[in-house]
Amino acid sequence: MARVVVDVMLKPEILDPQGQAIARKLPQLGFAGVSAVRQGKRFEVELDGPADEAALDQVRTIAETLLANPVVESYEVRVL
Amino acid sequence: MDAARVGVITFPGSLDDRDAARAVRLAGAEPVALWHADDDLRGVDAVVLPGGFSYGDYLRAGAIARFAPLMEKLVDAARGGLPVLGICNGFQVLCEAHLLPGALLPNAGLHFVCRDQRLRVDDADTAWTRDYTAGQEIVVPIKNRDGRYVADPDTLAELEGEGRVVARYLDLNPNGSLNDIAGVRNEAGNVVGLMPHPEHAVESLTGPSTDGLGFFTSIVKRLVEA
Repeated sequence: MARVVVDVMLKPEILDPQGQAIARKLPQLGFAGVSAVRQGKRFEVELDGPADEAALDQVRTIAETLLANPVVESYEVRVL
Repeated sequence: MDAARVGVITFPGSLDDRDAARAVRLAGAEPVALWHADDDLRGVDAVVLPGGFSYGDYLRAGAIARFAPLMEKLVDAARGGLPVLGICNGFQVLCEAHLLPGALLPNAGLHFVCRDQRLRVDDADTAWTRDYTAGQEIVVPIKNRDGRYVADPDTLAELEGEGRVVARYLDLNPNGSLNDIAGVRNEAGNVVGLMPHPEHAVESLTGPSTDGLGFFTSIVKRLVEA
Protein backbone atom coordinates (compact mmCIF):
# COMPACT_ATOMS: atom_id res chain seq x y z
CA MET A 1 0.00 0.00 0.00
CA ALA A 2 1.38 3.37 -0.99
CA ARG A 3 0.59 6.86 0.11
CA VAL A 4 0.66 9.68 -2.40
CA VAL A 5 0.65 13.35 -1.45
CA VAL A 6 -1.11 15.97 -3.54
CA ASP A 7 -0.17 19.56 -2.68
CA VAL A 8 -2.59 22.17 -3.98
CA MET A 9 -1.63 25.84 -4.04
CA LEU A 10 -3.29 28.97 -5.34
CA LYS A 11 -1.51 30.12 -8.47
CA PRO A 12 1.08 32.82 -7.66
CA GLU A 13 -0.92 35.62 -9.26
CA ILE A 14 -4.02 34.90 -7.14
CA LEU A 15 -4.41 36.98 -3.98
CA ASP A 16 -4.26 34.82 -0.84
CA PRO A 17 -5.83 36.83 2.00
CA GLN A 18 -5.58 33.88 4.39
CA GLY A 19 -1.83 33.65 3.88
CA GLN A 20 -1.56 37.41 4.30
CA ALA A 21 -3.47 37.30 7.58
CA ILE A 22 -1.07 34.65 8.88
CA ALA A 23 1.96 36.64 7.74
CA ARG A 24 0.68 39.80 9.43
CA LYS A 25 0.36 37.97 12.73
CA LEU A 26 3.93 36.65 12.81
CA PRO A 27 5.75 39.88 13.84
CA GLN A 28 3.30 40.29 16.75
CA LEU A 29 4.34 36.81 17.90
CA GLY A 30 7.98 37.76 17.77
CA PHE A 31 8.87 35.97 14.52
CA ALA A 32 11.00 38.18 12.31
CA GLY A 33 12.29 37.76 8.79
CA VAL A 34 9.17 36.27 7.12
CA SER A 35 8.32 38.23 4.01
CA ALA A 36 5.20 36.30 2.92
CA VAL A 37 3.02 33.26 3.64
CA ARG A 38 0.89 31.39 1.09
CA GLN A 39 -1.64 28.89 2.35
CA GLY A 40 -2.42 25.71 0.44
CA LYS A 41 -3.92 22.27 0.93
CA ARG A 42 -2.28 18.89 1.31
CA PHE A 43 -4.12 15.67 0.46
CA GLU A 44 -2.83 12.22 1.39
CA VAL A 45 -4.20 9.61 -0.96
CA GLU A 46 -3.83 5.97 0.08
CA LEU A 47 -3.65 3.45 -2.72
CA ASP A 48 -4.62 -0.21 -2.60
CA GLY A 49 -1.55 -1.13 -4.61
CA PRO A 50 1.88 0.31 -5.41
CA ALA A 51 2.41 3.88 -6.56
CA ASP A 52 3.38 2.89 -10.08
CA GLU A 53 3.06 5.15 -13.08
CA ALA A 54 -0.52 4.06 -13.81
CA ALA A 55 -1.58 4.75 -10.24
CA LEU A 56 0.16 8.13 -10.24
CA ASP A 57 -1.54 9.01 -13.52
CA GLN A 58 -4.85 8.30 -11.88
CA VAL A 59 -3.96 10.48 -8.88
CA ARG A 60 -3.07 13.30 -11.28
CA THR A 61 -6.46 12.92 -12.91
CA ILE A 62 -8.10 13.01 -9.46
CA ALA A 63 -6.15 16.17 -8.67
CA GLU A 64 -7.19 17.87 -11.90
CA THR A 65 -10.79 16.75 -11.66
CA LEU A 66 -11.59 17.32 -8.01
CA LEU A 67 -8.77 18.19 -5.60
CA ALA A 68 -7.64 21.32 -7.45
CA ASN A 69 -9.54 23.88 -9.47
CA PRO A 70 -7.14 24.40 -12.38
CA VAL A 71 -8.65 27.82 -13.01
CA VAL A 72 -6.99 29.22 -9.89
CA GLU A 73 -4.88 26.43 -8.39
CA SER A 74 -1.86 24.34 -9.31
CA TYR A 75 -0.99 20.94 -7.85
CA GLU A 76 1.97 18.65 -7.32
CA VAL A 77 1.88 14.88 -6.87
CA ARG A 78 4.59 12.98 -4.99
CA VAL A 79 4.96 9.60 -3.34
CA LEU A 80 5.37 9.80 0.41
CA MET B 1 -50.87 28.65 -22.46
CA ASP B 2 -49.44 26.83 -19.43
CA ALA B 3 -47.14 28.75 -17.13
CA ALA B 4 -43.43 28.41 -17.78
CA ARG B 5 -41.81 25.78 -15.55
CA VAL B 6 -38.62 26.85 -13.81
CA GLY B 7 -36.68 24.18 -11.90
CA VAL B 8 -34.89 24.94 -8.64
CA ILE B 9 -32.24 22.38 -7.69
CA THR B 10 -31.86 21.47 -4.03
CA PHE B 11 -28.48 20.10 -2.96
CA PRO B 12 -27.71 18.93 0.57
CA GLY B 13 -26.85 22.25 2.19
CA SER B 14 -28.86 24.49 -0.13
CA LEU B 15 -30.48 27.33 1.82
CA ASP B 16 -32.27 29.58 -0.63
CA ASP B 17 -34.12 27.06 -2.76
CA ARG B 18 -37.49 28.01 -1.23
CA ASP B 19 -36.89 31.73 -1.69
CA ALA B 20 -35.87 31.08 -5.29
CA ALA B 21 -39.03 29.02 -5.87
CA ARG B 22 -41.11 31.81 -4.35
CA ALA B 23 -39.48 34.40 -6.60
CA VAL B 24 -40.24 32.18 -9.60
CA ARG B 25 -43.87 31.98 -8.54
CA LEU B 26 -44.15 35.75 -7.95
CA ALA B 27 -42.77 36.27 -11.45
CA GLY B 28 -45.62 34.22 -12.87
CA ALA B 29 -43.97 30.87 -13.51
CA GLU B 30 -44.41 27.47 -11.91
CA PRO B 31 -41.45 26.48 -9.72
CA VAL B 32 -40.44 22.83 -10.04
CA ALA B 33 -38.44 21.29 -7.19
CA LEU B 34 -35.47 19.33 -8.52
CA TRP B 35 -33.29 17.07 -6.36
CA HIS B 36 -29.53 16.87 -6.87
CA ALA B 37 -29.46 13.07 -6.79
CA ASP B 38 -32.07 12.64 -9.52
CA ASP B 39 -31.00 12.44 -13.11
CA ASP B 40 -34.09 13.96 -14.68
CA LEU B 41 -34.64 17.67 -15.28
CA ARG B 42 -38.40 16.93 -15.51
CA GLY B 43 -38.76 18.88 -18.72
CA VAL B 44 -38.33 22.32 -17.12
CA ASP B 45 -37.91 25.40 -19.30
CA ALA B 46 -35.15 26.95 -17.16
CA VAL B 47 -33.20 26.17 -13.98
CA VAL B 48 -32.12 28.17 -10.93
CA LEU B 49 -29.18 26.95 -8.84
CA PRO B 50 -29.87 28.48 -5.41
CA GLY B 51 -27.60 29.85 -2.72
CA GLY B 52 -26.38 27.98 0.32
CA PHE B 53 -23.53 25.67 1.15
CA SER B 54 -23.95 22.61 -1.05
CA TYR B 55 -22.19 19.59 0.41
CA GLY B 56 -20.99 21.88 3.20
CA ASP B 57 -18.73 23.69 0.71
CA TYR B 58 -16.24 20.94 1.55
CA LEU B 59 -13.03 21.10 -0.49
CA ARG B 60 -14.12 24.31 -2.29
CA ALA B 61 -17.47 26.01 -2.67
CA GLY B 62 -19.36 24.16 -5.40
CA ALA B 63 -16.59 21.63 -6.01
CA ILE B 64 -18.57 18.54 -5.00
CA ALA B 65 -22.02 19.75 -6.07
CA ARG B 66 -20.66 19.98 -9.57
CA PHE B 67 -20.55 16.18 -9.72
CA ALA B 68 -24.13 15.63 -8.53
CA PRO B 69 -26.02 13.31 -10.91
CA LEU B 70 -28.42 16.09 -11.91
CA MET B 71 -25.53 18.44 -12.69
CA GLU B 72 -24.32 16.17 -15.48
CA LYS B 73 -27.71 16.49 -17.11
CA LEU B 74 -27.75 20.23 -16.45
CA VAL B 75 -24.32 20.81 -18.02
CA ASP B 76 -25.46 19.13 -21.25
CA ALA B 77 -28.77 21.01 -21.24
CA ALA B 78 -27.07 24.36 -20.55
CA ARG B 79 -24.65 23.79 -23.43
CA GLY B 80 -27.73 23.11 -25.53
CA GLY B 81 -29.23 26.49 -24.60
CA LEU B 82 -31.32 25.84 -21.47
CA PRO B 83 -31.46 29.08 -19.43
CA VAL B 84 -29.63 28.62 -16.11
CA LEU B 85 -29.21 31.16 -13.30
CA GLY B 86 -26.75 30.41 -10.50
CA ILE B 87 -27.08 32.58 -7.42
CA CYS B 88 -24.25 32.74 -4.87
CA ASN B 89 -23.45 29.07 -4.23
CA GLY B 90 -25.13 28.36 -7.57
CA PHE B 91 -22.65 30.76 -9.24
CA GLN B 92 -19.82 28.87 -7.55
CA VAL B 93 -21.22 25.56 -8.84
CA LEU B 94 -21.49 26.94 -12.40
CA CYS B 95 -17.85 28.07 -12.30
CA GLU B 96 -16.69 24.73 -10.92
CA ALA B 97 -18.67 23.00 -13.68
CA HIS B 98 -16.92 25.26 -16.24
CA LEU B 99 -20.23 26.55 -17.55
CA LEU B 100 -18.93 29.99 -16.58
CA PRO B 101 -15.32 31.21 -16.65
CA GLY B 102 -13.32 32.13 -13.57
CA ALA B 103 -13.71 31.09 -9.95
CA LEU B 104 -14.99 32.40 -6.61
CA LEU B 105 -12.53 32.52 -3.74
CA PRO B 106 -12.76 33.56 -0.07
CA ASN B 107 -13.61 37.24 0.38
CA ALA B 108 -10.52 39.45 0.37
CA GLY B 109 -11.57 40.83 3.77
CA LEU B 110 -11.92 37.26 5.12
CA HIS B 111 -15.26 38.08 6.75
CA PHE B 112 -18.67 36.74 5.85
CA VAL B 113 -20.43 39.73 4.28
CA CYS B 114 -24.18 40.25 4.68
CA ARG B 115 -25.72 43.54 3.61
CA ASP B 116 -27.90 45.31 1.07
CA GLN B 117 -25.74 45.96 -1.96
CA ARG B 118 -26.10 48.48 -4.75
CA LEU B 119 -25.38 46.98 -8.17
CA ARG B 120 -25.36 48.14 -11.74
CA VAL B 121 -26.79 45.81 -14.36
CA ASP B 122 -24.32 46.15 -17.20
CA ASP B 123 -25.71 43.52 -19.54
CA ALA B 124 -29.48 43.58 -20.06
CA ASP B 125 -29.33 41.22 -23.04
CA THR B 126 -29.13 37.89 -21.21
CA ALA B 127 -31.98 35.44 -20.75
CA TRP B 128 -32.18 36.58 -17.12
CA THR B 129 -31.76 40.36 -17.36
CA ARG B 130 -33.94 41.48 -20.26
CA ASP B 131 -36.39 43.22 -17.91
CA TYR B 132 -33.62 45.61 -16.85
CA THR B 133 -32.02 48.35 -18.88
CA ALA B 134 -28.27 48.43 -19.32
CA GLY B 135 -26.81 50.68 -16.65
CA GLN B 136 -29.80 50.31 -14.32
CA GLU B 137 -28.92 50.48 -10.63
CA ILE B 138 -30.57 48.03 -8.23
CA VAL B 139 -30.28 47.12 -4.55
CA VAL B 140 -30.34 43.46 -3.51
CA PRO B 141 -28.87 41.60 -0.52
CA ILE B 142 -25.47 40.00 -0.67
CA LYS B 143 -24.37 37.33 1.81
CA ASN B 144 -21.33 35.24 1.19
CA ARG B 145 -17.97 34.08 2.39
CA ASP B 146 -16.53 32.98 -0.94
CA GLY B 147 -17.59 35.78 -3.25
CA ARG B 148 -14.33 37.09 -4.68
CA TYR B 149 -14.57 36.67 -8.42
CA VAL B 150 -11.22 35.96 -10.09
CA ALA B 151 -10.20 35.03 -13.62
CA ASP B 152 -6.92 35.17 -15.48
CA PRO B 153 -6.15 38.44 -17.31
CA ASP B 154 -7.03 37.02 -20.75
CA THR B 155 -10.41 35.74 -19.56
CA LEU B 156 -11.11 39.03 -17.82
CA ALA B 157 -10.27 40.99 -20.98
CA GLU B 158 -12.53 38.68 -22.98
CA LEU B 159 -15.42 39.14 -20.54
CA GLU B 160 -15.04 42.92 -20.60
CA GLY B 161 -14.50 43.06 -24.36
CA GLU B 162 -17.58 40.98 -25.10
CA GLY B 163 -19.75 42.78 -22.54
CA ARG B 164 -20.25 39.60 -20.52
CA VAL B 165 -20.09 41.25 -17.09
CA VAL B 166 -23.78 41.08 -16.14
CA ALA B 167 -23.63 43.10 -12.92
CA ARG B 168 -21.07 45.13 -11.00
CA TYR B 169 -20.79 46.26 -7.38
CA LEU B 170 -21.31 49.96 -6.76
CA ASP B 171 -20.16 52.07 -3.77
CA LEU B 172 -18.05 49.36 -2.21
CA ASN B 173 -16.62 46.11 -3.47
CA PRO B 174 -17.75 43.68 -0.74
CA ASN B 175 -15.37 40.84 -1.45
CA GLY B 176 -12.43 41.98 -3.57
CA SER B 177 -13.88 40.73 -6.85
CA LEU B 178 -11.77 41.73 -9.85
CA ASN B 179 -13.24 44.69 -11.76
CA ASP B 180 -16.06 44.86 -9.15
CA ILE B 181 -17.69 41.89 -10.92
CA ALA B 182 -20.90 40.67 -9.25
CA GLY B 183 -22.08 38.47 -12.10
CA VAL B 184 -21.08 37.11 -15.50
CA ARG B 185 -22.66 35.21 -18.36
CA ASN B 186 -21.56 32.57 -20.83
CA GLU B 187 -21.02 33.40 -24.49
CA ALA B 188 -24.56 32.52 -25.51
CA GLY B 189 -26.13 34.48 -22.65
CA ASN B 190 -28.34 31.63 -21.41
CA VAL B 191 -26.15 30.89 -18.37
CA VAL B 192 -25.76 33.66 -15.79
CA GLY B 193 -23.98 33.57 -12.43
CA LEU B 194 -24.63 36.19 -9.79
CA MET B 195 -23.14 36.50 -6.32
CA PRO B 196 -25.83 38.77 -4.78
CA HIS B 197 -29.32 37.42 -4.10
CA PRO B 198 -32.13 38.80 -6.28
CA GLU B 199 -34.52 36.18 -4.85
CA HIS B 200 -34.31 38.00 -1.49
CA ALA B 201 -35.49 41.28 -3.07
CA VAL B 202 -38.83 40.38 -4.61
CA GLU B 203 -41.26 41.64 -1.94
CA SER B 204 -41.15 44.89 0.01
CA LEU B 205 -42.19 43.10 3.20
CA THR B 206 -38.98 41.09 3.44
CA GLY B 207 -36.49 42.64 1.03
CA PRO B 208 -34.71 45.99 0.80
CA SER B 209 -36.45 46.49 -2.56
CA THR B 210 -38.24 44.50 -5.21
CA ASP B 211 -35.36 45.11 -7.60
CA GLY B 212 -34.49 41.41 -7.79
CA LEU B 213 -37.76 40.35 -9.34
CA GLY B 214 -36.53 41.40 -12.79
CA PHE B 215 -34.25 38.38 -13.07
CA PHE B 216 -37.25 36.09 -12.73
CA THR B 217 -39.71 38.08 -14.84
CA SER B 218 -37.01 38.28 -17.56
CA ILE B 219 -36.91 34.52 -17.90
CA VAL B 220 -40.67 34.16 -17.74
CA LYS B 221 -41.17 36.65 -20.57
CA ARG B 222 -38.52 34.97 -22.64
CA LEU B 223 -40.16 31.59 -22.17
CA VAL B 224 -43.61 32.92 -22.98
CA GLU B 225 -42.34 34.58 -26.14
CA ALA B 226 -40.41 31.48 -27.21
